[in-house]
Amino acid sequence: MAGPGGQLSLPEDLNRRLLNNLEPREWVRPPVNYNKSMTAGAAATTPLVHPKWHGDFWFLLQTLITKDFRVRYRNMSLGVLWSLVNPLVMMGILTVIFTKVFPNPNIKHFPVFVLCGLVPYSFFTVAWTTGTTCIVDNASLLKRLPVPQEVVPVAAVLSNSIHLMIQIAMLLAIVILFGSGINVNWLWLPLIWALNLVFICGLALITSAMHVYIRDTRYLVESANTVLFWLVPIFYPVALIPQRFQHLYLLNPLAALVSELRQILMDGSAPDGSTLLQSALVSFVTLGVGSIMFQKLKASFFERI
Amino acid sequence: MRQRLAGFFRPARRERFCALRDVTFSVGPGESLAIIGHNGAGKSTLLNLASRLCNPSEGVVTVEGKIAPLLELGAGFHMDLTGAENVRVNAALLGLTRREFHARFDDIVEFAEVGAFIDAPLRTYSTGMLLRLAFAVAVNIDPDILIIDEVLGVGDEGFFQKCLEKIIGFRRAGKALVCVSHSMEMVQMLCDQALWLEGGEVRKMGPVNRVVEAYRDSYSKQRATADSVPGVAASVTRA
Repeated sequence: MAGPGGQLSLPEDLNRRLLNNLEPREWVRPPVNYNKSMTAGAAATTPLVHPKWHGDFWFLLQTLITKDFRVRYRNMSLGVLWSLVNPLVMMGILTVIFTKVFPNPNIKHFPVFVLCGLVPYSFFTVAWTTGTTCIVDNASLLKRLPVPQEVVPVAAVLSNSIHLMIQIAMLLAIVILFGSGINVNWLWLPLIWALNLVFICGLALITSAMHVYIRDTRYLVESANTVLFWLVPIFYPVALIPQRFQHLYLLNPLAALVSELRQILMDGSAPDGSTLLQSALVSFVTLGVGSIMFQKLKASFFERI
Repeated sequence: MRQRLAGFFRPARRERFCALRDVTFSVGPGESLAIIGHNGAGKSTLLNLASRLCNPSEGVVTVEGKIAPLLELGAGFHMDLTGAENVRVNAALLGLTRREFHARFDDIVEFAEVGAFIDAPLRTYSTGMLLRLAFAVAVNIDPDILIIDEVLGVGDEGFFQKCLEKIIGFRRAGKALVCVSHSMEMVQMLCDQALWLEGGEVRKMGPVNRVVEAYRDSYSKQRATADSVPGVAASVTRA
């Protein structure tokens, strides 16, 4: 700080320098008709926080995604290899159990079959959990910088997708390894994964906003994920679900995704049109509900995080 | 029973605390306002409102233009990332577009003067270097309103001089400054107007030198009364 004797310790002189074209003025009350009734009425119509954020949403989103990714892998020696270890270990265990302990002779290439379920499931659980806690985790940032808060859950979900790319590459490699070759229906893959991302972003917007108000939400999400392991066709085929429940069962976009992945990668056929349409509908409705809920709840985030 | 259940699910309603009451002011282009007062007087709450981080429960806050708030050292910074990576994150958070970021990155690094540390993780930085980086980003995003909460104090004199010049140029260009500080010298150097808050209400508002003088007067008076009747202080502690 400016010490005595230096040229900085001459406030009068400096202020003159500062203000040589801005005459210091007596304080004038601003021309606002300030009275209680008016301001009380205005409080209700005060625009939401950050009415004008002059930034570049996509640049911010991309920056936050790469930031998350860098932070996650900076201090690891094995780095991204970890994203291959977990599904491979699970694939090994489930394959041993469901081919040796409870044999399933009807399912060809059980490792590929089970991996088609594990990759979407593990991505879903990790992305949803990080997406749920992200607002609270980033409290220090959100309380100090006026950014559009919805970017945070979306970035949290999407930052896991780099992880996902690696796992999908591994899945495709194993599919080829087991002899089911590449077919033209692989072109459906980007679409069905994109729908899944839309669905998870919607869920994350809902639960991250809820988590700010009720901190038990996180445990609710974790329990839901455990239950989901059994409600998604990971180690059993969709065909085992009784016919009259199948429609209901496939309303879950994650179950639909697994079923579509198996159709594309193992049967080499196009995904079922009605299932695809249905999961698109559910995903976008979830995103819509999530956006509206988040918009409504974000006004009081500041007081609660 | 019902009551107990309700109490369990709904955390006990805290008594409402009014952090600011009847505070009205405006800061126009080229003007600068200092907010002074004791701890807990509502200074930071006022800056939070001005930064559009939260909404007032009553009243109106109107902010026109791009804001660069420097409310806490290292807000939005990640200690494991390098200086350069953090500059990118912070610039994007403060609202730079990709093109603006690439155009201004060199200016930011040059202004921060952290040398080769720009590629070192932030946890190796000193507090002063953190300030340099944060301030360099904040002023280089070309904001219309700069909001500073007591952070300039950790910089060395050379850097402070540089900040001062930047802020002077800033105000000449018709930008506004709102700052909070406990250092009256700094307040007098940076600002032409001051607002003295006490218990969430405006105690005095006007040209900076006059407000600072009054603030100092009341402070020395307070100390004088406390010194002359030590019994008062003692009885308070006993109670």
